[in-house]
Formats: sequence, C-alpha cells, structure tokens
Amino acid sequence: MPAIDLSTTPLRELNQSLHALAEGNNETEWEVLNPDGRHAVAVGIDAPVSVDIRGPVGYYCGGMNKQATVTVHGSAGPGVAENMMSGKVVIKGDVSQYAGATGRGGMLVVEGNAASRCGISMKGIDIVVKGSIGHMSAFMAQTGNLVVLGDAGDALGDSIYEARLFVRGNVQSLGADCVEKEMRDEHLELLEDLLQRSGITGVKPSEFRRYGSARKLYNFNIDNADAY
Amino acid sequence: MSYHNPPTTPRKSATFDDYTLSEIRRAATTGIYDIRGAGAKRKLPHFDDLLFLGASMSRYPLEGYREKCSTEVVLGTRFAKKPIHLKIPITIAGMSFGALSGNAKEALGRGANIAGTSTTTGDGGMTPEERGHSKTLVYQYLPSRYGMNPDDLRKADAIEIVVGQGAKPGGGGMLLGQKISDRVAEMRTLPKGIDQRSACRHPDWTGPDDLEIKILELREITDWEKPIYIKVGGARPYYDVALAVKAGADVVVVDGMQGGTAATQEVFIEHVGQPTLACIRPAVQALQDLGMHRKVQLIVSGGIRNGADVAKALALGADAVAIGSAALVALGDNDPALESEYQALGTTAGAYDDWHEGRDPAGITTQDPKLATRLDAELAGRRLANYLKVMTLEAQTIARACGHNHVHNLEPEDLCALTIEAAAMARVPLAGTSWIPGQGL
Repeated sequence: MPAIDLSTTPLRELNQSLHALAEGNNETEWEVLNPDGRHAVAVGIDAPVSVDIRGPVGYYCGGMNKQATVTVHGSAGPGVAENMMSGKVVIKGDVSQYAGATGRGGMLVVEGNAASRCGISMKGIDIVVKGSIGHMSAFMAQTGNLVVLGDAGDALGDSIYEARLFVRGNVQSLGADCVEKEMRDEHLELLEDLLQRSGITGVKPSEFRRYGSARKLYNFNIDNADAY
Repeated sequence: MSYHNPPTTPRKSATFDDYTLSEIRRAATTGIYDIRGAGAKRKLPHFDDLLFLGASMSRYPLEGYREKCSTEVVLGTRFAKKPIHLKIPITIAGMSFGALSGNAKEALGRGANIAGTSTTTGDGGMTPEERGHSKTLVYQYLPSRYGMNPDDLRKADAIEIVVGQGAKPGGGGMLLGQKISDRVAEMRTLPKGIDQRSACRHPDWTGPDDLEIKILELREITDWEKPIYIKVGGARPYYDVALAVKAGADVVVVDGMQGGTAATQEVFIEHVGQPTLACIRPAVQALQDLGMHRKVQLIVSGGIRNGADVAKALALGADAVAIGSAALVALGDNDPALESEYQALGTTAGAYDDWHEGRDPAGITTQDPKLATRLDAELAGRRLANYLKVMTLEAQTIARACGHNHVHNLEPEDLCALTIEAAAMARVPLAGTSWIPGQGL
C-alpha cells in the first residue's frame, strides 16, 4: 500500500502518481499522510482505487473524481468533491462551503456538518450530510439528491431545478421557487437506498420531509419579478 | 401684409427619439425587458478613431512582398507545459453549442484550422464534433459548469476561466426555452424548453484569492499541461488584469462592450462596461507594472472587424485579438441575400439580433435542424478562413509600412488619434499635435 507523506513529497507528485494509475493496476489502496490543509489533494483521479487521507485538507479535495473512493480522516475546506463524476468521497469531519458543487455523479458523504451552499448547482451527485447544512444550500441545484439528517439553513433550494432535497430536521427557510413536496413511495425507496449506501443505520426514511421545485420560475413571467 | 399661421416643421425629441419611444411601447405591451444577441450598437470611440503614421524619413518601411513580416503567436508561456502556437494573432472567441448550431460550430473549427488559429467552446460544454473539427480548441470554464467534466478538460488545448464578458460584465448567461432542444437540454442537465438562467458568479470560488486555488486545482487535474486563460469583461481592466496575473493566469482575455453575446438584456449590452479601445492601455499598463507584459499574453476582443483593427490592438500592446460577431458574418450571418426572410421576422439584414429566438434564416444561431442544414459547414469554414487570411494580410501590410518585421513590433508610437476621446483612451497624441489628453503637462 503506497503511503505518500505530503510533508516531504510535493503535491504534484501525489496527483501525478494517482493520474498515472490505469484500471486493473495492483496499487489499489493509497494513503496520504500529513495533508495539513493542503489544497487540491487527490484531484482528477480516474481509477477504481481507494485513497485514505489522514488529516484535514484545504480546498477542492477529490475534485472531479471518477471511480475512486477518497476518504478524509479529518475536515475538508471549500469545494470538496466539486464536479465529482462517479465514485465516492467520505469526509469524517466537517466541510466548508460549496461541498459537492456542480457534482454530476457518485456520492459525497459528510459525517459532520456542511457550511453554506452545500450542493450548489448540483447536476446528478448524491450528497448525504449526517449533521446540518448552512444557508443557500442546493442553490440552482439541477438534478441529484441531497439528504440532510440535521437541519438546513436559510434559503434552502433557491432557484432549484429538478434536484430532490430530503431534510430530517428543521429548515430555517426555503429559497425562491422551492417548496415542500409530497413524500411518495418512490421517494421513500430512493431515500432508503441512499441511507444504506452511505452507511447510515437507525434512521427511517419516514422521518424526512421532501423539498423541490415549484417550477414557477421556469419560464419568465413579469408578475413573478419580485422572486428573482 | 397678411399674416397666416405658418406651420413649424414637426419636431421629434432628441431625447425621446423613435427608438426610445418604440422601446417604451414594447416594454408597456410585453412586460419584459428586451433581450437580444450581439454587442453594443451605440456609437463608441473605436479603432476607427486611430490612424497609423507609416514610415517616412525617420523610419524606413519593409518591402511589401519581399521582406517577411511574421504573425505567429505563442500563448501560455508562463506556466503551461504545452503552450499554444498559432500562425496568426486572431483567435475565434467563445461561442456555445446551444447558442450556435452544430454546423456553425463545425464551420468555425474548419475555418480556424485552415487559417492556423484556435476556436473556443462556450456555455454548454464541448461537443465531440467541435473537438473533432478544431485542431486547437480552448475549453471555457464557466459559472454554470454545464457539460464540465475532467475528460473534456484533458482533451482541450487550453482552459479559459470566464469571469465575465464584454457584452455583460457582471451578468450570467441566458438561453431561452425555444433553443433548449433535447440535445442542448441533455448537455446542460436541464428540462427541455425551460429558460436557462446561468449564474453570474462561479459556484465554488469568490475573488482572486480563491481563484488562485481554483487554478491550482485545474492545473493539478490536467498535470500542468494546459495554458489557463482568464477572461474578463471590460469593467476595470487595470485591476482585473493585475488580479488575473496574481491569480496565476497564463493568458488574460479582455472583452470590451462591443463584444457580442448570444442573448442578454439590451439594457446590459448598451449600458454596462467600457469600450474596447478604453480597455487596452490600462490592461497593458497592469502587465507592464508587474513586469509581465509579453510573459502573460493579452488577448483583446470586442468589435474587431478588419486587419487595421488587429494592427491597432497589437500596437496598443495586445498579443492577439479574438473575433466572434465578425466570424459569424463571415459564415453568413445577416447576409442581404436573405433580406426577405429578415423582413418576415420584422427586421432587416444587418440588424438581425434576435439570436435567442432560434429562427436565424442563415442557420447559425439556431437549434432548428431545418434551418441549421442551410449552413454548409465546409463552405462557411472556407469563407471564415478567407476572411482571417485577409485580416492577417492587412495587419501585415500596416506593420511593414511602419517598418516592422513582426506584427508584435507595432507600438503606440506608430499611432495618432483623430479625436480627443480616442487620444485619451489609447494614450496616443491627437493628430497633428503632441498632446495626449490625461497625461498631465
């Protein structure tokens, strides 16, 4: 199992080594030591490997990930797993702003809390946050699922498109064009699957409420101008 | 002697002119601001207000058809492992598949290939056709991130982070429902037929300090190979360029207010941003003050029409220019041959700018398959190549006349201005004087 110590090895060398991995290689388990809040750790991987990062990371950890499972044993800075395509990113601690921004696939699991704009502009990613999320989360969220076991801050789902939001706790307020929606069987099944895949037990899908788009801002109407 | 009541000539208001009145009526009737394509149409100080001095007694010219005048440009020499080499200093600006038909994008690629220059994607991502038809392709990284993915990022020859554009500095993109076809909707991960509102700010960074880290991430993902451009609208060019350099750009693109757009509010196009002519010297000054002129390359766009404009932009310190609107005209946009069809749309050839409606009779700004097939991509590409070559020849002609063996050797000292405004903006003397307004005594 290769272990790369970022206190002695340049970041460039780590990312280059991860990019050089082809499918079917033998080095499938990587460990990164002493990340010390560095930015852009383990970005742009495209191989079915696991990378365990022992400590906190800065901006954009796991950015544009494909296939890999990246686990941060610590907290992560802004934009963790931004534009993720597939695979899984797990953060054992808390995350800063824009977690999972524009993500198109794969799963982001945050075991702590997420700050503002979690899931901004998401395009297909599944995001599960065990704690709470900050204001303006799921802003302009296009598709994908955001599951929050705790509370959501102000203006959840502002200008949302077709993403599905599931919140178990309190929602401080909903943003423009975001409304509470009926939880049907298909949503309970989806939620069950999301909870299972993110390793959450002892929580029932029926404890959540579902939010999504009222679709009133999809085509411009001057009488809705105060909503913009 | 009898006095009748001699009538005065009916007098229209200069303030409330016909266009203004029609706009008030339009707003009152429809209840929505006017949306259109293209750039600022109002009269602005521009390159036409500058003249070249030419060589005479104190400088000698180069022989027109014998002595070489080079035009090649290298972009991205600061950090990128693989800088871009272009044969001419004229690039094709970012225009999206979505705004333009697939045929139009193919034609741009074909034309640029023949002329030896680059094309640029737009809001909506990279299509395989576009990659296939463009030898050198710049991939835009936009706030919406429609279609963004690491595979296309690695297929690109350069990455252009779009902070703003000249037609709407501070504004986001817009594509109205009628152009969101199945394919466009799929590329943008949106329901078909809805109005697509692109964000004006990037979702995961704010300000130049964050941008520096974002650039680090993009370089790490692409193994430091690709030149990274930062494109800004003509707002505060001195500070914007200085901050782009600080954030780690290889190339800065400054787009003045004549730069076109696929669709935005008329009020935005005509009232926000600075003319291209006013942006160049502050941008160059920022590079010079940082000791980065020619190390970080500057591309200028917005209203470039001919080789004289190219030569003037380069003389003021740009490394290259980009064209968008002019390239569309070369493909066949607003062609008088289609006048009856423009009339049917309530406009006239040369004025058609409802590009967001998708009914372009030239088949360029549309997603309607029937209209799109009207454009012959091969022929239109050839036309664009011809136009690019003519512009290059014109710029070379001027450079030789000024005694330069490379278009980059053109300098402000080769120019004078016809108006006080242009003299102040371009920081060159008013013709017949040694006066550069705004430079103090």
